[in-house]
Amino acid sequence: MSVHHLEEKFQQTVDAEIKIEAKDWMPEAYRKTNLRQISQHAHSEVVGMLPEGNWITRAPSLKRKAILIAKVQDEAGHGLYLYSAAETLGMSRDQMIADLHSGKAKYSSIFNYPTLTWADMGAIGWLVDGAAILNQVMLCRTSYGPYARAMVRICKEESFHQRQGFEALLVLSKGTPEQRAMCQDAINRWWWPSLMMFGPKDAESTNSDQSMKWKIKRKTNDELRQNFVDMIAQQIKLLGMTLPDPDLKWNEARGHYDFGEINWDEFWNVVKGNGPCNKQRLQARINAHEEGAWVREAAVAYAQKQANKKKQVA
Amino acid sequence: MKNQSNSTVPFILYLADNNLILAQRNSEWCGHGPVLEQDIAITNITLDLIGQARMLYQLAADHINRQNGNQDATEDTLAYLRNEREFSNVLMVELPKGHWGFTVLRQYLFSEFQYLLYRHLSAHADEPLSAIAIKSLKEVTYHVQWSREWVLRLGDGTSESHQKMADAVQDIWMYTGELFQAAPFEDAAVLQSIHTEWKQRISETLEEATLIVPEKVFMQQGGKQGIHTEHLGYMLAEMQYLQRMHPNATW
Repeated sequence: MSVHHLEEKFQQTVDAEIKIEAKDWMPEAYRKTNLRQISQHAHSEVVGMLPEGNWITRAPSLKRKAILIAKVQDEAGHGLYLYSAAETLGMSRDQMIADLHSGKAKYSSIFNYPTLTWADMGAIGWLVDGAAILNQVMLCRTSYGPYARAMVRICKEESFHQRQGFEALLVLSKGTPEQRAMCQDAINRWWWPSLMMFGPKDAESTNSDQSMKWKIKRKTNDELRQNFVDMIAQQIKLLGMTLPDPDLKWNEARGHYDFGEINWDEFWNVVKGNGPCNKQRLQARINAHEEGAWVREAAVAYAQKQANKKKQVA
Repeated sequence: MKNQSNSTVPFILYLADNNLILAQRNSEWCGHGPVLEQDIAITNITLDLIGQARMLYQLAADHINRQNGNQDATEDTLAYLRNEREFSNVLMVELPKGHWGFTVLRQYLFSEFQYLLYRHLSAHADEPLSAIAIKSLKEVTYHVQWSREWVLRLGDGTSESHQKMADAVQDIWMYTGELFQAAPFEDAAVLQSIHTEWKQRISETLEEATLIVPEKVFMQQGGKQGIHTEHLGYMLAEMQYLQRMHPNATW
């Protein structure tokens, strides 16, 4: 069969909503796009452990401490599922991690912002996980089977995290004046970066059209961003807080909230590595990897010794 | 263990403090482990230890509130509003996390002790305490198994890992004696019998890991009397700062 025919058949499979599996023929660009996206997603889970991990030792109650640790641990688990899904496309986890550390592979820019107060733990759960969920719910139906299945498991835990984040903010919003101020400040700082999580505007998004055609994505960046604004603009009323956008307003004709312009200059700068924590986050991952090298080597050496012993006995 | 009311609360707090302080140390690994699977594993142990600490603090709070005729004590007042001299954990658990080898070795030495102690406490006359011990024993059984495997791997892995573990054994050994030095809230005879079994188990593991059990080491002590290392003050300052900064706030 010619490549053209294979591509046609591939597109028919996608159009028929049949999942593409690891051993199926797929266009090279489809494989590459998925590999890039899934590994980037895996890296985001792992790097995403750092800003929240920053507050584990300072969590203000034993219950909050346990919830936060469990959440960060869930993210490690998500990283594992996603690395496994990405490996089905032919790249080892070691290689993916090497690409992260060299700067070749990216992770979500949101984790390049600092977590300055305890309220940031709530704001991340509510806003950042809230934004991630909209993307991830869509990805539960993505055309690549291993990715879709990983996302189904992840989504269940993420929506739990979002509720926990909201609940943590709700407690602050009913607390002392200092706690309420902390809550509002965290929302102010995390709102715009959360909107940026959906990526560039559709008109400027380079990968969007083909990804929609291959059903890797099913909604555009702008559609998802609008869904997010509509959802949060309602939920914030329950907190009695405000979103830091004077242009935020219900538009009866559109049936959606209008909102202000994102600072795209900031967006591209953080993507390029100029965010407040880009260097720090990546260095923390590199340090963990390098400081763990002797441990991983010892584990391999020990396993080898044990295998040799078994052989000698047998 | 003695079951007089004047020793019950200090004893429960001692057990709780050991768990909380070790959890606080281990939690520093979350996001920084040598490999993702082990990051998850040490974090599981951290969560178990916090869970045990919470049950024990809640139990201690019940006793204290009953004695005082009020409801002032909670798990959080006990964890967040006591000072350096009031914590009675052993020194071993407050030492900095060190490298991965130090962390797993400390976990192993402590978990073997905790296993034997909980096994004894399973038959304790204070029924809520024995219930906690029975529940925790399952978790600690896994902690022993996991940390023991790591001690073997690193002790008998590469020459580098062997050397690091041999050094770690030397560094930590002086903190092991305190576990078996009976405080007024403990029963010396019970600790002595636990010590014998602990020593035997540890010796077997270290030998299999090609490591040497140190002899005639001068033992550090003081944790049970609230005389700690300099490390504890920093740890509590970090852990307690929000509760201290916002008195009576709800989180």
